[in-house]
Amino acid sequence: MIRVVLPAHLKVLANVARDVQLEVPGIPTSRAVIDALEARFPALRGTIRDPATQERRPFVRFFACELDLSHESLDSPLPDAVISGQEPFFVIGAMAGG
Amino acid sequence: MSEVRVLVGTRKGAFILQADGKRDKWEVQGPFFGGWEIFHLKGSPADPNRIYASQSTSWFGQLIQRSDDGGRTWNPVGNQFLYDGVPGTHQWYDGTPHPWEFARVWHLEPSRTDPDTVLAGVEDAALFRSTDGGLNWSELSGLRTHATGSSWQPGAGGMCLHSIIVSPSDPRRIFVAISAAGVFGSDDSGMTWRPLNNGLSSGEIPDPDAFEGHCVHHIALHPSRPEVLFMQKHWDVMRSDNAGESWFEVSGNLPSDFGFVVDVHAHEPETVYVVPITSDSEHFPPEGKLRVYRSRSGGNEWEPLSNGLPQRDCYVNVLRDAMAVDALDECGVYFGTTGGQVYVSPDAGDHWKAIVRDLPAVLSVEVQTIA
Repeated sequence: MIRVVLPAHLKVLANVARDVQLEVPGIPTSRAVIDALEARFPALRGTIRDPATQERRPFVRFFACELDLSHESLDSPLPDAVISGQEPFFVIGAMAGG
Repeated sequence: MSEVRVLVGTRKGAFILQADGKRDKWEVQGPFFGGWEIFHLKGSPADPNRIYASQSTSWFGQLIQRSDDGGRTWNPVGNQFLYDGVPGTHQWYDGTPHPWEFARVWHLEPSRTDPDTVLAGVEDAALFRSTDGGLNWSELSGLRTHATGSSWQPGAGGMCLHSIIVSPSDPRRIFVAISAAGVFGSDDSGMTWRPLNNGLSSGEIPDPDAFEGHCVHHIALHPSRPEVLFMQKHWDVMRSDNAGESWFEVSGNLPSDFGFVVDVHAHEPETVYVVPITSDSEHFPPEGKLRVYRSRSGGNEWEPLSNGLPQRDCYVNVLRDAMAVDALDECGVYFGTTGGQVYVSPDAGDHWKAIVRDLPAVLSVEVQTIA
């Protein structure tokens, strides 16, 4: 099980109060996590990735194990601690604005 | 007794303001979608309980929300706005080609007869249609792929399709307005389009009376006179008596003919409202006095309406979709400001009162008149 922590706005959209526990088939990667997240919560489709390009939105970041995974390939395997559920996978709304 | 439901989109959420036909005591609901920009909400004329809302942020993109119970509860529907084929390019601010990129939905226009059919005007400018209550969206790509499309340029607010009017006499006839391309019309339900900008003159483009490229801010018509269109352009208030084939200026004695909103009285097709704004570089009312101007003669002769509106130190703006009228016997007029006020006049503009004063900046105002 992979634990995913969503930003406040996406928690509201997904109608969840806490971390999301996801079963991710195959090799867990950022792409596989987001695929599984969108499959379970269709309201999140298009909010993390652009629907046309499937690219991560510019003001969204992926963090785990105190690392910024946002610029890694979406197909890179996630850290073992995330795969084992020890550490969460964070979807972050980037700091922006005043 | 009749009721009115005012749908307010703001920079930080949606609000619903409700009153009985006296329009004196108001109940304020919201914020809905707190923290999100709500560019527009609009109810279905065919089913007032069906309301569509455009919800977006720079972080998480575009969503469309739908309510089937008059705004009490909402559910996200489809948000896949994919341009047909390879979208090509339009002109960027510096004149270079720029790929068409979807940014947001500016305006939702539900069908007069079918609650499940709704049009969406988007940035970068294009028109989409859903026939299943917003679940799926298809582009009416004849507009974007018009021969002039590659030369369209964004206005300061982006290249947005912000005004949609489906003719009340012929649902195949659609008018849209794009900043900064101008007005386009279709007589075949959106399959093919042609520019309707004859008579417009804009000093901000190389050829002032060019076929397209005009920064039209808003258009409006009265249902009983589907051939008569009114326009607030970047500068100039304009009128067409032949369904947009040609336009003539009706700015008359306005203190400034710059502005964003224009609307028509619900029962008097020659009574028109605008809110003059000082200039393109000073987006606030002339002299710090917030005044709606009304013409009872279809333009040219305008009277200021200020009773109940701030007449000193007022430096708010009224954005293009932020004025509406209700359909009660004594027509109510409503508008919202970037300062967060929503004003109502229950007597066609003679007297004004703030329903709310401290909302986030208002982006849009629509009214539902409920029997």
